[in-house]
Amino acid sequence: MFSNFDFGEIWRALPFLFLDGMRFTLTLTFLATAGGILLGTVLALLRLSGGRAVSAIVAGYVNLMRSLPLLLVIFWFYFLVPYVGQWVMGAPRPIKVGGFTSALLTFTLFEAAYFSEIIRGGIQSIPNGQAAAAAALGLTHAQTMRYVILPQVFRTMLPVLLTQTIVLFQDTSLVYVLSLDDFLGVASKIAQRDGRLVELYLFAALVYFAISFCASQAARRLQSRVAIVR
Amino acid sequence: MNYHWNWGIFLEPSPEGNGTYGQMLLSGLWMTLQVSVLAWTLALCAGSCVGVVRSLPSAWARRLSDVWIEPLRNIPLLVQLFLWYFVLPELIPETWGDWLKQLPNAPFYNAVVGVGLFMSARVAVQVATGLAALPRGQMAAGLALGLTPGQTYRYVLLPMAFRVVLPPLTSELINTIKNTSVALTIGLAELTARARAVQEFSFQVFEAFAAATLGYLAINLLATLAMRLIERQARLPGYGKA
Repeated sequence: MFSNFDFGEIWRALPFLFLDGMRFTLTLTFLATAGGILLGTVLALLRLSGGRAVSAIVAGYVNLMRSLPLLLVIFWFYFLVPYVGQWVMGAPRPIKVGGFTSALLTFTLFEAAYFSEIIRGGIQSIPNGQAAAAAALGLTHAQTMRYVILPQVFRTMLPVLLTQTIVLFQDTSLVYVLSLDDFLGVASKIAQRDGRLVELYLFAALVYFAISFCASQAARRLQSRVAIVR
Repeated sequence: MNYHWNWGIFLEPSPEGNGTYGQMLLSGLWMTLQVSVLAWTLALCAGSCVGVVRSLPSAWARRLSDVWIEPLRNIPLLVQLFLWYFVLPELIPETWGDWLKQLPNAPFYNAVVGVGLFMSARVAVQVATGLAALPRGQMAAGLALGLTPGQTYRYVLLPMAFRVVLPPLTSELINTIKNTSVALTIGLAELTARARAVQEFSFQVFEAFAAATLGYLAINLLATLAMRLIERQARLPGYGKA
């Protein structure tokens, strides 16, 4: 069954796969994770300490994002962002948005919903006494969050955040539907050009597996390392 | 915004010639429902078996379950679907491969199997977690009553474990529904794909996607309510939260 398996094909494709494809995938993963955690933290704080209207709006946004398939959201943003850009900049017609920018915006806004749930859970898991103690020491609400609560949240939630990043890393493969040159996109283009679907898809699966598996093992090890003993 | 809204688009006939744009979307919704139900059934059956194996007190059983779970969890669903759809028929004997390729509705079966197996890994982890959460005495009590280990699982442990993990299983069910959309890449005409088709034919992007969004919200609501009903029906008096 592997009689006409062409390892040379993979070897020749390596520069494109990694220098173009994997670089795109990793850049998208890291930027979207950073943006997602940042925005997710803001959303979580707004949901927990904003007014009733604000937290209802945030909850609505988070629940909407979490109940839609990522693919549909990718399409939504791909078509919506040019119009929003036009509206924001007052341009005469919908602005042109590159595939990477569109994907980055989508993943940041989409994953922020998931990250905000993780961080909200983390904040709620901190005993109430800590916020009370901080208030008794004269810290403002913002200071309490900044110096007491959030540092512990990020520490205890680090493994979960990493796990979510692995999910995000795998999900970036969905930009395939926008024909962008991420790792899978490059693999699939070469596969179709050369008629070598078996080699390239198996190799792509192997690479995704290796990276995600190592990262999830690391997350597991981290779990025991960072746990705060109470 | 110079976007021309036209909400009447759903009542206009589609260029496919067999109904309106609205019916196109409904057919996608129906396809999403069918694939979701079948994939979820597969995920529950396979996931429960693997979850039971994972809960056995042997290191080998755990390793065996890892062999099932880790590849399914660490390869993106899209890549898994490509493996089933494009790669598998080339790796098996030619006559079988040809049969697979010529199957009518091949994207449908591929989506059911691909999404079902992908979700089975997650279900397995949940089931194993549920089994691990039970007090150890339940297994011992079952065996002491003269039940075989198989009977203990069937009549004592699993009924309790499923009750414990019903809430996380609800979110896995929602994930299954959402994940069926990935099968549009292998040509399955499910809800997202049909919304895309409406957009390509009519250029009414946002109406089509808004309808698909409502469709997913409706299915998810239905699934959540159904699971909550099951949760209430299955609740045991005097056990867990009142």
